[in-house]
Amino acid sequence: MDKLSGAQSELREMDVLAAGISVVHRLHPLCKLLVTVTYIFIVVSFHKYDLSGLIVMVLYPVLMFQAAEIPVRVFFYKLRVVLPLVCAVGLANPFLDRMPLTQIGNLVITGGVVSMLTLMLKGCLALMASFLLVATTPIDMLCGALRKLHVPKVLTALLLLTYRYVGVIMGEASAMSQAYSLRAPGQKGIHISAWGSFLGQLLLRSMDRAQELYSSMELRGFQGEFFYSDIPACRVSSVMFVLVSCSFFACARVVNIAWLLGNLVVR
Amino acid sequence: MIEFQNVSFSYDKKTPVVQDLDLVIKKGETVGLIGANGAGKSTILKLMLGLLYGEGTIIVDGLSVTKANLPMIRKKTGYVLQDSDNQMFMPTVYEDMMFGLRNYGMSREAAEARVDAVLEQLGLQDLKYRHNHKISGGEKRMAAIATVLVMQPEVILMDEPSTALDPFNRRTVIRTIQVLPQTKVIASHDLDMILETCDRVVLLSHGKVVADGDCGMILRDRALLEQNRMELPLCMQMQGV
Repeated sequence: MDKLSGAQSELREMDVLAAGISVVHRLHPLCKLLVTVTYIFIVVSFHKYDLSGLIVMVLYPVLMFQAAEIPVRVFFYKLRVVLPLVCAVGLANPFLDRMPLTQIGNLVITGGVVSMLTLMLKGCLALMASFLLVATTPIDMLCGALRKLHVPKVLTALLLLTYRYVGVIMGEASAMSQAYSLRAPGQKGIHISAWGSFLGQLLLRSMDRAQELYSSMELRGFQGEFFYSDIPACRVSSVMFVLVSCSFFACARVVNIAWLLGNLVVR
Repeated sequence: MIEFQNVSFSYDKKTPVVQDLDLVIKKGETVGLIGANGAGKSTILKLMLGLLYGEGTIIVDGLSVTKANLPMIRKKTGYVLQDSDNQMFMPTVYEDMMFGLRNYGMSREAAEARVDAVLEQLGLQDLKYRHNHKISGGEKRMAAIATVLVMQPEVILMDEPSTALDPFNRRTVIRTIQVLPQTKVIASHDLDMILETCDRVVLLSHGKVVADGDCGMILRDRALLEQNRMELPLCMQMQGV
């Protein structure tokens, strides 16, 4: 399987993951969306030196991965390209912020190191929460949840169609790349001289296919608004999930739970 | 039921794909559109659905094919696309079949019952919850046909319905077409299938009607078919017609 087919297959695997039947999958999509947004908002709001306070927030993704029956390695594997970029965000901090914060033996821990770790952790946690949302909620239900929040239908349809069309573009690119490689044996990748026509053809073919897909939708009554009514009714369990999760996040933001627990053990 | 009055169409405004087409298809008729590649078969189907607009008038069940009438015409008409990959856009076969029904406001329960009935009719129960990207080309073709049949349209347009099907599935599609009471227009190169399913055949060449008449008569005419870059159906070749 070439790289493009692999990427296409990985994208489709997200649909398979989202179609699971775990406790998390059964939660109301709007509730999951609210909790995820709250979680990311609270994670981002932690002070740059508050690494110990932030560590407690790891509990949410850890528990959710368990409850959703999704192995954590799936997250690391699927986001293997993005994670290093997220981690690279704070790499300059140790050089810019040299204020000593604490000392372990002879090792001085500067503010820059702590803020770098905090930034990395914030990025990873935000990604984990977003991944969990997408991996446990089918895209149409997610768009349905957004519609319930009165997000304009143009935006939700755009999101849904973009998600679908990414697969179309990747499928076309994969077919073209296979056709090219079959007639260019021994050549690695696509030669730079062919890139212009390759991209042009890819655009034209993708537009043609997108047009056909859209026609197919129109022929079956699509008039700009997807029918999202398959969203299950909001049950008590979903409401409880929102209340418990958000209370925990708020509590973790206000009180440094890790510091409190540490004090209990040390003293 | 369907009437083409002096219809012409060209993609590039130079080379006509359909020329001065006059054609009447009666209610309940099964018409086969045959012709060489580029004869205009798929274009004619798309013109009926308002996916393309040409000159002249097309009337479907009393409604002229205009932008204003499209929702009503499309509700009455089901179209099996040439490429099933372009027809199946939802994650699973089930969701794809539900898509149209729910768009037209059918309740979930009623829609699901209809989906089950069509899947059973085509022997596709196993495909119901399968992901579209994980089924074979032939299965996808059958599923695409199912997404159209589930809408119970008054007119069914099929573009190469037997492409990519194995003999068993091809036979299932033929049997299904034979028992469907709707008006059907089938564009295909599979002349054996046309012979088994259609009452009438319209032979096209360069966008013009070359012959229009009884299926058995036209498909038996070796000279006519060969003049138009076609050949006798296999079953007739074996009979030594």
